[in-house]
Amino acid sequence: MTETVLPTRAEKRKFKMDMRALSPFIALIVLIIAGALINPDFLTASNLLNVVTRSAFIAIIAVGATFVIAGGGLDLSVGSMAALTAGVMILTLNNLGGGDVGTLAIGLLAAIALGAACGLANGLIVTFGRIEPFIVTLGTMGIFRSLVIWLAAGGTITMRNFELRELYRPVYFGNIFGIPYPIIAFLVVAAIGALILYRTSFGRHVVALGSNEDVARYSGVPIWRVRTLTYVIQGICVGIAVLVYVPRLGSATPTTGLLWELQAITAVVIGGTALKGGIGRVWGTVVGAVILELVANIMVLSNFVSEFLVGAVQGAIIIIAMLVQRSVHRGR
Amino acid sequence: MDSVLRAENISKSFGPIEVLSGISLDLRPGEVLAVIGENGAGKSTLMRILSGHLPPTKGSLHLNGQPITFSGPVDAEAHGIVLVHQEILLAPDLTVAQNLFLGREIRRFGFVDDKSMRERTRAILHELGTNIDPDREVSRLSIADRQLVQIARALLVPHTVVAFDEPTAVLTPIEAESLFEIIRKLRSQGVAVLYISHRLNEVKAVADRVTVLRDGRHIATRDIEGLEPLEMARLMVGRDMSKLYPEKPETASDQVVLTVRDMAVPGYVENASFTLRRGEILGFGGLIGAGRTELFEGIVGLRPGQGTVTLDDRNVHFRDAREAMAAGIVYLSEDRKGKGLLLQQNLRINLSLAALDKFGRGSFIDKGAEEKALDQAIKDFDIRTRSRDLLAGQLSGGNQQKLLLAKMMLLEPRIVIIDEPTRGVDIGTKEQIYRFIASLAAEGKAVVVISSEMQELIGLCHRVVVMRNGRVAGEVAQADLSEDAIVYLATGVHEERAAEIAAGHA
Repeated sequence: MTETVLPTRAEKRKFKMDMRALSPFIALIVLIIAGALINPDFLTASNLLNVVTRSAFIAIIAVGATFVIAGGGLDLSVGSMAALTAGVMILTLNNLGGGDVGTLAIGLLAAIALGAACGLANGLIVTFGRIEPFIVTLGTMGIFRSLVIWLAAGGTITMRNFELRELYRPVYFGNIFGIPYPIIAFLVVAAIGALILYRTSFGRHVVALGSNEDVARYSGVPIWRVRTLTYVIQGICVGIAVLVYVPRLGSATPTTGLLWELQAITAVVIGGTALKGGIGRVWGTVVGAVILELVANIMVLSNFVSEFLVGAVQGAIIIIAMLVQRSVHRGR
Repeated sequence: MDSVLRAENISKSFGPIEVLSGISLDLRPGEVLAVIGENGAGKSTLMRILSGHLPPTKGSLHLNGQPITFSGPVDAEAHGIVLVHQEILLAPDLTVAQNLFLGREIRRFGFVDDKSMRERTRAILHELGTNIDPDREVSRLSIADRQLVQIARALLVPHTVVAFDEPTAVLTPIEAESLFEIIRKLRSQGVAVLYISHRLNEVKAVADRVTVLRDGRHIATRDIEGLEPLEMARLMVGRDMSKLYPEKPETASDQVVLTVRDMAVPGYVENASFTLRRGEILGFGGLIGAGRTELFEGIVGLRPGQGTVTLDDRNVHFRDAREAMAAGIVYLSEDRKGKGLLLQQNLRINLSLAALDKFGRGSFIDKGAEEKALDQAIKDFDIRTRSRDLLAGQLSGGNQQKLLLAKMMLLEPRIVIIDEPTRGVDIGTKEQIYRFIASLAAEGKAVVVISSEMQELIGLCHRVVVMRNGRVAGEVAQADLSEDAIVYLATGVHEERAAEIAAGHA
C-alpha cells in the first residue's frame, strides 16, 4: 500500500557514493594539473608547501565545521570567534608580560579555553534556546566581531614582548624534516577528527542527529549533549587555528578572520559533507581547504583574474559545489 | 461495454520488484467499484497509476474506449479523473477557500477574486452537506472536516471518475456514513467512483462491484450482491483468516510490571490509567487521534507528560527515551520512516544506533561486532535484502519493520511497546511479526500493541484498552473481544447504530 522501494540498483548507487567521496580528490588533481600548465613555478615544493601551510587555519576550523554540519547545524561565527580569540590571547600574553615558555603556554591555553567557551555558548543557545543555528551564530558573529573591535579600540592588538614573539614565531614558520608545523598541526587535528567522527559512539550519534533528529531522539541518542558538543569541538578547533595563526603576523585586527566562515563552510561542502547533515567527510574537508588555497594561489600566479576577487571566486565555488552535490545526490 | 475508464494488463515494477502484475479492470459510469486488498496488495499503486501519479511499466489505459497515457496527475485531472488522497494534503495556515483554489485561483484583473472563490466554496461544501466556513483556517478544522475540504477540492474540477483512497481511515462511523452519502450522490450523478479500502463492512455498504487484489495480482471481480464480508476476507488473504494470528501464549500472569496512574500529556491525553502484566500482550485501540501514541510517548519521555508511572513497585519518571531504555522499556514508533530508521544510512548503522554502548571497545565502536549483530539480525528476523550495503530507505515496509524490531531488541527490553506494528507491511510479513510478538510474550516480556486494525487487536491481544478523545474509554477482556465492543468504546456508538444516527443527521 505505502510500500516504497527506491528504484536504484546497488552497483549504480555504490558508484555514485564513491563519486561523492572521490570528487574532492579528483578536483584537487585537476587543479594541480591546471596550475602546472599555467605557471611552471606552481609545481615547486616550496610553492606547494606554502599553499598547504596557508590553508592550515581554514582546514583546522573546517574540521570542526564538519562536526557541526554533519550534525545538522551551522556555525557562521567562526571568523569572528577566531579574531576575538586571537585578540584575547595576545592581550593575555601582553598582560602577563613574560617572555618565557610558561607565559606562552598560559596564552595558548587561554586561546583554546576561550574558543571552547565561545563554542559552548553557541551550542547551549542553539540547543536549550531551540533557535535556528543560523540565527544564533549570526548573532554571535556580530557579538564576537564587535568585542574584538572594542578590545582593539578600532586599531590593532600586537604582541609587545619581542622575546615572546621570537619564541612563538617558529610555530608558524618552523618545520620538522622540512614539513612546516602548521601542516603537522592540521594533519593531527584532521586525524583526531576522523577518529572521533568515524570510530566513536559520539561520532555515530552526530551523524544520526544530522540524518534525522527524530530518529536519533527515539533511539535514545542524547541529542542535546551531542549537539552542544559539536559546537564545542568547533570552538576548540578555532582555538587551535588561532594558535597557528597568531605567530604569522603577531597581531589581531578588526579584519582578522574576515570571511573565514565562508571558507570553512566551503571547504566542508567541497569535501562532500552534506550541508543538511547526516554525512561527514573529515578528509574531504581537509582537501576542500587545500583546494580553496590552491585556487587563490593559481589566481595569484596567473593573470586571468585579479587576486582581489579571491573572495568572489570562493563564493562561486561554494555555490557550484552545492549544485554538484545535489546532482550527485539526486541519483540516490 | 460503455466503460469510462479501462485498465488492461497493468503492471508496475520498482527496480526488480514487481508490485502490480497484469491487472485489468473497467469502471462504468454511475457505479461504485471497490478495490480491496491487504496492506501491500498494490491498491494504492493501482490507484496512483489510474490517476496519472505513476506511469505503468506495462499495460494500457483506455478512457471512453480510446487508449490514453497521462503525463501526470494534472493531465489526468484535465481528463476528468480525480484522486482523493489518503493523507490530508492541505496547507494548514490557509483558509478553506484558499486551499480549495490553491494553484487554480480565480482571478479578476490579475488579482485573486476572493469573493467569488468564497461563494463557490460555500456552494460546493453545501452540496457535500456541510456548513464549514470558507474563511476558517484549515488548521482549526477537525480531521473529518479537513477530509471533506479535500474531497471538495478534488470535486472542484469537472470529473467523470473520482477515486477515494482509504477515505475513512480517520473518520468515526458517523462521519464515514455521511461520506457514503456523498459517494452515493456522486454515483447518482453518473460519476464513476473507485473506492479503495480494506474495511469490508464499508465496502459492503457502499460498493456495487468489488475487485480483490492480493500481492499485486487480480484475484476476482464480483458483484456486491451475494458477496459477504467473510468471503471478501477470504479472497483478500487467500486462506483461512484464523491462521494469520498465532496462538495467544498462555503466559499472561497476574504479576504487574507497569502501572500508569492519571497520566496526562498536555493537549492529547488526560487521566489515563492502566496496568501491564508480565507475559501479556495488551492492545490499545481507538480512532486515529485518540491519543494512544501520545500517551506512550509521554510515558517513555518522548513528550512532556505528568502522572504516576510505577515500574516494579518503583515510581519512575523518564526525561528521554534513553532513560526509558535503560529501565528496559522500548517504544517502536508508528512512523518508521520519520522516527524509527535513518533512511539514508545503511542497515548496520541503523541496527546498532539505539544499543551503541554494547558495541564499544574502549571509546571506539567495534565494527566487527556490529557486522556480526547484523548477520544475526538478518537471520533471526528474516530481513530480506539484496545487499547488506543497502540503505534502510531502500527496504520494503515489512523489512523496515523487521529491522526496527531487530534494532530495539538489541536493547534486551522487558517491556516492548509497538505502535501500529503492521502498517504498510505485506501479509506474509504480518504473520511473521505477529508470531514474533507472541514469542516476546511467551518469553515473559510485557508487550503493548497499539493498533487501528481491530482484527489485529482481537487476534493478537489478551486484553484491549480502548481510548477515545484522549481518555481511556474502557477495557475489553479476552473473552469479550469483538469488533463491536471496541468500536463502541472507541466512538461511544454501536456500529449498527452509527448508520442510523448518520441517516438521522443527513
